[in-house]
Amino acid sequence: MPNDAQTHGIADHRLSPPDYADNFSDLHAPLSDHEALVAADRCYFCHDAPCMDACPTTIDIPLFIRQISTGTADSAANTIFSQNILGGMCARVCPTETLCEEVCVRETAEGKPVLIGLLQRYATDGMMAKAHPFSRAADTGKKIAVIGAGPAGLACAHRLSLNGHTVTVFDARTKGGGLNEFGIAAYKSVDDFAQSEVTWLLSIGGIDMKYDTALGNGLSIDALKADYDAVFLGIGLSGVNALRAEGEDKDNVRDAVDFIEDLRQAPDLGTLKVGRHVVVIGGGMTAVDAAVQSKLLGAENVTMVYRRGKGRMSASGFEQELATSKGVRIIYNAAPLRVIGNGAAQAVEFAYTHTVDGKLENTGETFTIAADQVFKAIGQTLDGAPKGLKLSGGKIKVDAVGQTSDPAIWAGGDCASGGDDLTVTAVAEGRDAADDIHKTLTAEG
Amino acid sequence: MADLTSNFIGIKSPNPFWLASAPPTDKEYNVRRAFEAGWGGVVWKTLGEEGPPIVNVNGPRYGGIYSGDRRLIGLNNIELITDRPLQQNLREIKAVKRDYPDRAMIVSLMVPCEEEAWKTILPVVEETGADGIELNFGCPHGMAERGMGAAVGQVPEYIEMVTRWCKQYTRMPVIVKLTPNITDIRMPAEAAMRGGADAVSLINTINSITSVNLDTFTPEPTIDGWGAHGGYCGPAVKPIALNMVAEIARNEATANLQISGIGGISTWRDAAEFMALGAGNVQVCTAAMTYGFKIVQEMISGLSQYMDEHEMTSTSEIVGRAVPNAKDWQDLNLNYIAKAKIDQDLCIKCGRCFAACEDTSHQAISMSDDRVFEVKNDECIACNLCVLVCPVENCISMEQQAAGTIDERTGKVVEAEYANWTTHPNNPSSVM
Ligand SMILES: Cc1cc2nc3c(=O)[nH]c(=O)nc-3n(C[C@H](O)[C@H](O)[C@H](O)COP(=O)(O)OP(=O)(O)OC[C@H]3O[C@@H](n4cnc5c(N)ncnc54)[C@H](O)[C@@H]3O)c2cc1C
Ligand SMILES: Cc1cc2nc3c(=O)[nH]c(=O)nc-3n(C[C@H](O)[C@H](O)[C@H](O)COP(=O)(O)O)c2cc1C
Ligand code: SF4
Ligand code: SF4
Ligand code: SF4
Repeated sequence: MPNDAQTHGIADHRLSPPDYADNFSDLHAPLSDHEALVAADRCYFCHDAPCMDACPTTIDIPLFIRQISTGTADSAANTIFSQNILGGMCARVCPTETLCEEVCVRETAEGKPVLIGLLQRYATDGMMAKAHPFSRAADTGKKIAVIGAGPAGLACAHRLSLNGHTVTVFDARTKGGGLNEFGIAAYKSVDDFAQSEVTWLLSIGGIDMKYDTALGNGLSIDALKADYDAVFLGIGLSGVNALRAEGEDKDNVRDAVDFIEDLRQAPDLGTLKVGRHVVVIGGGMTAVDAAVQSKLLGAENVTMVYRRGKGRMSASGFEQELATSKGVRIIYNAAPLRVIGNGAAQAVEFAYTHTVDGKLENTGETFTIAADQVFKAIGQTLDGAPKGLKLSGGKIKVDAVGQTSDPAIWAGGDCASGGDDLTVTAVAEGRDAADDIHKTLTAEG
Repeated sequence: MADLTSNFIGIKSPNPFWLASAPPTDKEYNVRRAFEAGWGGVVWKTLGEEGPPIVNVNGPRYGGIYSGDRRLIGLNNIELITDRPLQQNLREIKAVKRDYPDRAMIVSLMVPCEEEAWKTILPVVEETGADGIELNFGCPHGMAERGMGAAVGQVPEYIEMVTRWCKQYTRMPVIVKLTPNITDIRMPAEAAMRGGADAVSLINTINSITSVNLDTFTPEPTIDGWGAHGGYCGPAVKPIALNMVAEIARNEATANLQISGIGGISTWRDAAEFMALGAGNVQVCTAAMTYGFKIVQEMISGLSQYMDEHEMTSTSEIVGRAVPNAKDWQDLNLNYIAKAKIDQDLCIKCGRCFAACEDTSHQAISMSDDRVFEVKNDECIACNLCVLVCPVENCISMEQQAAGTIDERTGKVVEAEYANWTTHPNNPSSVM
């Protein structure tokens, strides 16, 4: 008998191939020409537009929407890419409901914002299918090393190359894109978009990619500083927090990011094993993505458990709704005590929590949820940053333009202090660091 | 990116987009900001003669009409020419031109219809370093009651006379701005040409009352219980302006007269359409007043994308391209047969095409019980009404019938040869 949602334990092929395809198709279908015109027509072309301020990369949203309205979507794409070269990915993964669309004046007026994210996708998809819009400035003779090929590193490398510098990007993995490739939920980046975007971005030229090359593993920061005029670190957060609950080491208790990475790299989703009863511990985007995708892989019961209240959850209201709409149950105010099981996980025992004098404490009441698979999603941490750099809040300390405590090293994205851990923020920081590196290097010469 | 630089009657600007003489160009503060935003040139708000400045009303001076979603598509105003002292305007014009030598600076003028008045003002304007002047013969309210503006523009002899004075007393190029409040726009254009004008610009605003308040029975905008007609502009007037530009461009007598196109221009496409019908450049007022100076960025990017896509390297390649195709009705090919066609995949089954055709056209669309709408080729006269009322773009298209096929409506074979009304057998004065 083939497997289904009720198959005990951990199993693959819980669904039929068409169900997998359906579950992991585009979360929001792209706009047709007609839909794009209708959506664009709602934009008021606001002065000093609030949406633009809310965009970490400050894309000129009213201008690009007007360009769509007037039938020049390629010009719209230009407007987007000149601020955010990963505008294509951002159009798919930005939590617009807490960024541009949250402050859109039509959200204020009618509770329905202009569909900025989808319009951005409309414009960028069109242009990316054609050509790369920019060409490089004359060669400056300067060489820059970028560590990490995630959104921060790619945005930095692109902007540097645009300004005529020669860039080498080193990444520990075998492919570029960072979490765009290994982390973002599959239904946000379908059809191998992350890789096509990397290829398209690199087509500007002047950027040499060195994969399978990790800083700290044969590659030393001192050697890089000697060989290059500047170094940019966009290494993300590759460590994970421990649960600090009893039984954490039992079989089938995994870090959510590893599960998601397997999922993103699986050529056939049917081969992925998922539990009948899945418990996800955490309250961020990673937790939501692990929970939703477990459900979409055919798990019967998926429960997300977060130790604080709904309002404190870092996953947005939209993400929480997405989870519940897919059948994920969210339990708030509960912390894990221990994983129960004989070798492999069978259940997790939780204690309810409340806040006393600003401190989170267990109430004493406990409950147990069946779990043949447990995902830990309680935060990623900085790992592998060069020694000697000053840290701030567990991240590499940088100033407003991304410079670290070492004047030859810049950093941006998740690994650097300041800003939210979002793709779009990483792009903004990578870009701004590149501009500052450019300024510094051209001022010297 | 395409090269948008423009040379209009010898006046160079980085792009063909100028701000028309109106509030956006009323003072130094505005014009500097307009240039920073990217406008290629401005026609300064109309100056009057030395002396106590004119006064404006102190209540609402604008009225408007909207399309759905409160988009302003027609604006009406009762503003007069500048209400600031002449010397102050001249000082500001000089300062701005000095700081933006690459932008076009045109000064709009309106003084009494007397030689002395023009002779006096021209040298002081020339002194500012401005690139040219525009004669405001168009303002339809207030100033016209005082024998200026449209009152001059409606009398071709006056236009010719004043233009001649200006050509005589200044070396600056002279643009004559025409009023649309006239029966045949070719007459004032010809008069301007006879007077030696370097170019005409059109249109100025159209006499209008935008609405009436049905509680107080006063025309809007209302000043203390009364209203006066104003001048209409904005997207709603574009078709009128386009036609007037085309009339001048295809009139043999004025075929070589340069035209600056004005009236409802809001996007790159509007601008390109004016240029295709013969305008060497364009001027914009209402769109800037509605959306701010920044809209010029869309005009610049849009026009250059269009030119790149069409492999054009200069805006002059657009100018006048549609003029040879703008004809009289009697020139149109009566052997051209088309039929409407509905794309069933796009149709959302609203039935608007049916209502329009069934009630007001040729009963050429059928409706089935399950709301399938289809064109009856034996009834369709290709009027285009269904295309226009259909809410879905490209859902209904007009398809030309190939020569040699049968037109199901008439039962006749579609002929390949061009044949117009002048040779039609039903025409009593047919030349055949
Ligand atoms: C599961 C998940 C879902 C997410 N969903 C969203 C979302 O929907 N929307 C959103 O905006 N954000 C989302 N995020 C956050 C977003 O992915 C990150 O903020 C963003 O990718 C950060 O970019 P980055 O370039 O700083 O780091 P990363 O994307 O992490 O890239 C870092 C790169 O550096 C490389 N690297 C690390 N260490 C070394 C080393 N020592 N030597 C060489 N290379 C190294 C890594 O291999 C990687 O390629 C999500 C994150 C996760 C984990
Ligand atoms: C408030 C207002 C004031 C105007 N004042 C002048 C003026 O002083 N001189 C002039 O030549 N035209 C004046 N115009 C007309 C404009 O320059 C322009 O010809 C007209 O508005 C049509 O263009 P548009 O549809 O882009 O607005 C004015 C228009 C408006 C709306
Ligand atoms: S806030 Fe909304 S309406 Fe205003 S410019 Fe931005 S998208 Fe358009
Ligand atoms: S637009 Fe400005 S000047 Fe005009 S009425 Fe409103 S607030 Fe007053
Ligand atoms: S108007 Fe257009 S959409 Fe509506 S029924 Fe007719 S063809 Fe279909």
